[in-house]
Amino acid sequence: MPRLPISKTPKCYVGGKFIRSESARTFPLNDATGEFFAHMPQCTRKDVRNAVEVAAKAGGGWAGRSAYNRGQILYRLAEMLEPRTAELVNALTLGGATVAEAKKEVAATIDRIVHYAGWTDKFEQILGNVNPVALPHFNFTVTESMGVIGVVAPDEAPLLGLLTCILPAVTAGNSVVVITSETAPYPAIALGEMLATSDLPGGVVNLLSGFRKEMVPTFATHEHIRGIGGVVNAADRKALEIGGAESMKRVKVFNTADAIDWYAGEGPKASLYAIADFLEYKTTWHPVGA
Amino acid sequence: MNEIGNVDAVGVEERAAKYGTRSIKTASKVKGLKLAASMVDLTTLEGKDTPGKVRALCAKAVRPHDDLDCPPTGAVCVYPAMIKHARAALGDKSPVNIASVATAFPSGQVHLRTRLAEVKAAVADGADEIDMVINRGAFLSGEYNRMQDEIAAVAEACGEAVLKVILETSELETYDNIRAASFLAMRVIRQGDFIKTSTGKTSANATLANNQVMLDAIRDHYFETGMAIGMKPAGGIKSAKQALHFLVAVKETLGDAWLTNRRYRFGASSLLNDLLRQLVKMETGAYQAPYTFSEAAGAY
Repeated sequence: MPRLPISKTPKCYVGGKFIRSESARTFPLNDATGEFFAHMPQCTRKDVRNAVEVAAKAGGGWAGRSAYNRGQILYRLAEMLEPRTAELVNALTLGGATVAEAKKEVAATIDRIVHYAGWTDKFEQILGNVNPVALPHFNFTVTESMGVIGVVAPDEAPLLGLLTCILPAVTAGNSVVVITSETAPYPAIALGEMLATSDLPGGVVNLLSGFRKEMVPTFATHEHIRGIGGVVNAADRKALEIGGAESMKRVKVFNTADAIDWYAGEGPKASLYAIADFLEYKTTWHPVGA
Repeated sequence: MNEIGNVDAVGVEERAAKYGTRSIKTASKVKGLKLAASMVDLTTLEGKDTPGKVRALCAKAVRPHDDLDCPPTGAVCVYPAMIKHARAALGDKSPVNIASVATAFPSGQVHLRTRLAEVKAAVADGADEIDMVINRGAFLSGEYNRMQDEIAAVAEACGEAVLKVILETSELETYDNIRAASFLAMRVIRQGDFIKTSTGKTSANATLANNQVMLDAIRDHYFETGMAIGMKPAGGIKSAKQALHFLVAVKETLGDAWLTNRRYRFGASSLLNDLLRQLVKMETGAYQAPYTFSEAAGAY
């Protein structure tokens, strides 16, 4: 008798747990050949609300870890992905990538994690400062994480693009709530399963699959989300900027229309300045000799 | 004691769990949130309380939010030493009552004459409501008359002030005991007085289940005697959602007559902040950050 294959129910990684949408809705995901592959959770504004709550709970602990420890944990995440390259390659070929392209993307993704793991205990030295003042005081500028950051993941390079948008915010000590790609959400599901076995505390990275039109308006208006990153179309950008002005949040997004080279090792996609996008500067005075 | 009857523990817990499934949306939700706000006994019961903190608490109780059309809370709840500061802040004709814990809160383990003296001093200082603790030691060792006599003595010492009798449900161990203690208390207090779940100072606080046992006791006592006793769950009710579940329990057990702050109160310190947070969400459509409504500011 032929064995019945056991197919996986994809679930979203939120708060260190694997959840279905609170709405219990799903949408069908087909592979590149048009064959049905799985029912994906169709998350809603209430899932965003819940994810922000757990992200906020986890954020303080993450920001409070030493910079060196955050680097160790991110490096450990790269260690978790490397031996599971084949699984990630499968997740990418599902969306139409060739095996060679997928392998290249997975390798670049792991390298990018290591890149940011290296930055955790170094950005402060460059972005912070001792400011010259003509008084018997020290004047320091130091960086602080912002809080909960919303990320709208790109459809292109569904793994590399996703992590390239998440990593700088997380490196800076923030926690993130991500709307995964609409067209290629499955790599994010696979990533969630690897995040769960990394040492990254639950709730620091939260991945929600579903439709942007249902979740972007909540990203825009939610007062508890302090910044928005990722890649959006013109209409979503407008909504995010209007909502961001209302709720005083920082909107640092790329346009879908721009051709983004996710593999570029330098520039806005992988650099110190991507980390600075979601940091606050605090300047303090301290008397000399006190 | 026998005629008081037992509690069907499984039934009570099932019924309490069902309250959490009711869906309350839009206009009903706004009404429920405002009703809950009007029922809050805004509480600060800490060793580090200062007159300044109590003044701030009173200002918040009178006008919980600058922009919202939110009613004042039912009362502020403070330690006896803080009553006169609360009275100075609220004035004599405030819509907000002053509730004070007395009778050696939270343990109650001092002489009865000391407890009564504390109650009288609290009333003399201007307390409108007295939250007393029962003698759990007497109840658990079977000295029911002694426990009842003490409640009666405190009720007498209250004079005009409303009395709330704290059973401290977590120390009574069983639902049967909670029901029995409720009846023993209700038989010696007056119309308009309250029974209350807990001090908030032990690990276990108000739950929908022990709230339900006490609401059932209030209903049975009302049918027996025609006397309407109020109810105050206290401790652990932090979210607006929880508060709405408790209101559903009240409505479905005692009916609309108890949906007023003369007959139902929440003893809570942080609940009001979450009620305001949800009310602003209902008004603006935007989810709100908790730190906007809390004294404890921080990025998260």
